Amino acid sequence: MENRPLEYDYTVAKMFMFTTIALGIVGMLIGVILAFELAFPEINTILGQGLAEYTNYSRLRPLHTDAVIFGFTLSGIWATWYYVGQRVLKVSMAESKFLMFIGKLHFWLYMVGVVAVVASLFLGITTSKEYAEFEWPIDIAIVVVWVLFGVSIFGLIGIRREKSLYISIWYYIATFLGIAMLYLFNNMEIPTMLASNAAGESGIGAWYHSVSMYAGTNDALVEWWYGHNAVAFGFTVPIVAMIYYFLPKESGQAIYSYKLSLLSFWGLMFVYLWAGGHHLLYSTVPDWMQTMGSIFSVILILPSWGSAINMLLTMKGEWQQVAASPLIKFMVLGSTFYMFSTLEGPIQAIKSVNAIAHFTDWIVGHVHDGTLGWVGFMIMAALYHMAPRVFKREIYSKSLMVSQFWIQTLGVVLYFTSMWIAGITQGMMWRAHDEFGNLAYSFIDTVTVLHPYYAIRGVGGLLYLVGFLMFAYNIYKTMSARPVEESELQNASPMGA
Amino acid sequence: MFHWLEKHPFFFAVGIFVTIAFAGLVEILPNFAQASRPVIGTTPYSTLELTGRHVYIKNSCNACHSQLVRPFKSETDRYGHYSLSGEYAYDRPFLWGSKRTGPDLMRVGNYRTTDWHENHMNNPSGVVPGSIMPAYTWMFTNKADVNTAYAEQLTVAQFFSVPYNKPVPMKDGSTKIVKMGASTAEANALALAEAKVIAADMKNQNVKDAVARGEIPEIVALIAYMNSLK
Repeated sequence: MENRPLEYDYTVAKMFMFTTIALGIVGMLIGVILAFELAFPEINTILGQGLAEYTNYSRLRPLHTDAVIFGFTLSGIWATWYYVGQRVLKVSMAESKFLMFIGKLHFWLYMVGVVAVVASLFLGITTSKEYAEFEWPIDIAIVVVWVLFGVSIFGLIGIRREKSLYISIWYYIATFLGIAMLYLFNNMEIPTMLASNAAGESGIGAWYHSVSMYAGTNDALVEWWYGHNAVAFGFTVPIVAMIYYFLPKESGQAIYSYKLSLLSFWGLMFVYLWAGGHHLLYSTVPDWMQTMGSIFSVILILPSWGSAINMLLTMKGEWQQVAASPLIKFMVLGSTFYMFSTLEGPIQAIKSVNAIAHFTDWIVGHVHDGTLGWVGFMIMAALYHMAPRVFKREIYSKSLMVSQFWIQTLGVVLYFTSMWIAGITQGMMWRAHDEFGNLAYSFIDTVTVLHPYYAIRGVGGLLYLVGFLMFAYNIYKTMSARPVEESELQNASPMGA
Repeated sequence: MFHWLEKHPFFFAVGIFVTIAFAGLVEILPNFAQASRPVIGTTPYSTLELTGRHVYIKNSCNACHSQLVRPFKSETDRYGHYSLSGEYAYDRPFLWGSKRTGPDLMRVGNYRTTDWHENHMNNPSGVVPGSIMPAYTWMFTNKADVNTAYAEQLTVAQFFSVPYNKPVPMKDGSTKIVKMGASTAEANALALAEAKVIAADMKNQNVKDAVARGEIPEIVALIAYMNSLK
């Protein structure tokens, strides 16, 4: 083999970096609008009565969740995959015309999917299942996009030079397999155009409409088996893949413990799937499943904290870097938020706590300290690390990064503290009885009391969005600057140069 | 073993898949058949009710309203009897929701009327002062899609044996037949007949006129669905 470093090809990584930023802005902006709609309902008709159908809370809500999950996060996962994959497998995308074609096809088909999703959700074409709102034609497109992702993973693995798979690759493989299984089974549906009647008519009604293969309780069980684990394999597994690569790279430190990463990887794989039942506590799902969901959620602390502690201990002896480097700040606080939300989740999964927390804003707060604090921070850190290497330019402004870090951290703190108070307040008010055993509050009392917390949450979300715009600006200025670096930055890596 | 797996991607992937698929099989399969059996008194949705259910889904009402009464005194006091699995036997998709920004609607048909819904959907805070629910004024003019609901009825009857045009046992020992049209024209006629009953209790003249012309505004279908939730 020639004795010079490989030239990696970041064409596809770059494309996904752009969509990460663009869809991140869209998703978070809609989120901020939604937050303020709850605090100030007049905003529902901000574009006038005529467009109220498209600007009101309920129509926008799935757009927010899907834009940040399937837009921002998925793009981020793919941007890092097309960067990390080549580097830890020691093979360049440029070496295979086929894989390069697959990568580009992956991106452009994904773009088609994004447009279709946005259009259909605005029009109210939805199956109503959370994070699986898409009707069957879009589902099929998503499956194709996902298969292309799989071809890219296993194709690159097939031509790898480094025989041993680095930890990040484990997690990318798991992301691919996990989501594939969950998505296929949760979206089993029958297009209604297939039905025919005694009069010989068929293809009646909207061609894109379908009906779920599962009914009622079963549908709920499958949906939350999916919904909870879409979080696992979209918000946890691939983000852990990122931090296992980017933290050692950026800090120059080796991973603290291989055994701990083994334990947390296989532990996470085994335990996570059981925990879906905690979304269905006190529902009509059988008791034993609820109990299993509850117990496994608590056990889940072990593998989650295993990864997080492994990351934090990787910084052992190098803590001065947290003060010195804004990028390390993002990753260390990200790991800390990961620990925090993987402790909060199991607490909410305990049945007696869930009785108060379920259906309230505390759940919303929990989701957001995980997504804003962990997923968002980690993806932005990954892109910050990639940008100088992909664009061959120094990051435009470090001080802008630091201000962004503090603004966003403040945003996240405002977000989850206000939602804690809102959730627990409402949960307690719903169940309060007076001395005669009558309900103490009518429902509307438990809504109006939340107004200040909704307003604070809106401000928290707005701060996070402002920070994200600073991030976008920083990256834009970086890539449009004059090239300064001739060679790749040489930092320590998990596997040499 | 782990070192060996890390050098053999195929077996590594198989290992992961078995590990993650295991939980789903154990949790979902054993109870599958039992959970989908209806309780006595649960009937399939009529054409107009199902049309209204689609309006409910189209506007993501489930983003803020649950349809699941948990077995606590505070919930049964507020919403009525706690939910039973069989009551959802004809719910495809389920609409339990995950957030109660507004109250639960599982049994809203027991304590709200057509008149109440009409006023409330037009101006929520006029009916419930302090409400943060947006008005859904476009439902009073948008036309409901009866044909798609009919296609769904046909689909569930064909693929899942949902008992349309068949006697369904009721709690008092009697039986009830939910009719499904034999043709699109008949389905529309059935829906319109239901719509006329709802429109008779409404005040909005445009809606009344539309129904008199044979059209069904979304609000009429939605109220039919709301009234069926008991």
